[in-house]
Amino acid sequence: MTSGRLKLGAQVLAVGFVVALLALLAWKLVTDEGGEAASGAAPAFDLPRLDSEGSLSLASLRGKAVVLNFWASWCEPCKDEAEVLERTWQRYRGRDLVVIGVDANDFRGDARRFARRYGMTYPLVHDTQGEWLDDYGVVAFPETYFIDRDGRIVGERIQGPVDGSVEVEEQYERGIALALAE
Amino acid sequence: MRALAVAFLALLLAAPALASEVRPTLAELESETRCPVCEGPLELSNAPVANRMRVFIRERIAAGDTKSEIKDRLVAEFGPRVVQLAPEASGFNLLAWLLPFAGLGAGAVAAGVLAWRWSRTREPAVPAPVVGSRNGRGTLEPELERRLDEALARFDP
Repeated sequence: MTSGRLKLGAQVLAVGFVVALLALLAWKLVTDEGGEAASGAAPAFDLPRLDSEGSLSLASLRGKAVVLNFWASWCEPCKDEAEVLERTWQRYRGRDLVVIGVDANDFRGDARRFARRYGMTYPLVHDTQGEWLDDYGVVAFPETYFIDRDGRIVGERIQGPVDGSVEVEEQYERGIALALAE
Repeated sequence: MRALAVAFLALLLAAPALASEVRPTLAELESETRCPVCEGPLELSNAPVANRMRVFIRERIAAGDTKSEIKDRLVAEFGPRVVQLAPEASGFNLLAWLLPFAGLGAGAVAAGVLAWRWSRTREPAVPAPVVGSRNGRGTLEPELERRLDEALARFDP
């Protein structure tokens, strides 16, 4: 009788332990999804410039709309969208919109060569630790966010190149319009 | 003489480590660094940035950099995470450090309980002497005892 109860207790304990571990794993996966930054206040980064000396913080851009693009020099789709982002920068820079490229998981030298080759003149920063990828919930490069004048993320983030399809291009224009809205 | 032997042994052991530091190989550095994208060991990663890191390491080895210098350069580009192979002992990752000890503890408790139960079930195998028995090992059924007495009586002279 005692032996049977002991055995049952051990089995319940073992099953409980496995269930607890599975629950922990599920919780970790859910919290790591990174969707939190897809709306609400944009994480306030402050990163060293890639294209010049000094650093650039999101706080310093308050009052301006921001198109925030995460990229790396080894990312193939980033080559295609660089031209679109540059065009956006040239077109809207007089209307208080800033395009910022956040280079991460990359050698700075490679990133600078990439920027020169693809004619990127908009501000570029380097996320050495890759910490802002987690804070924004970036899953893969490229990924683009729209931030309004009050520092809030607006519209839908674009996962993949901003010129991937007609729908994505519309989503991109909508994001810019929302970011610029007074 | 003994001091000389110890010094010789120390030199013998230190030589490979020194050679590895001064003239590292790609394989060594691949096993001691990790890919910033997939976060696994560099030697197991096929991510584009991992391939680029291999090219960089080869270039630095050819340029004569030591292992520490190459690692420092990688840290400057990607942060300390690329040379930290073990998970940080904080937050969720703390589990990776605690669970093995918890498992060891649970195993020790289970082994203790099993040993205790085993020793208890073995105890009745040596019964205590029974009072009132002729041989001290307990009494027989009355009928069996009667038949045994009859059988033994036949051998009596």
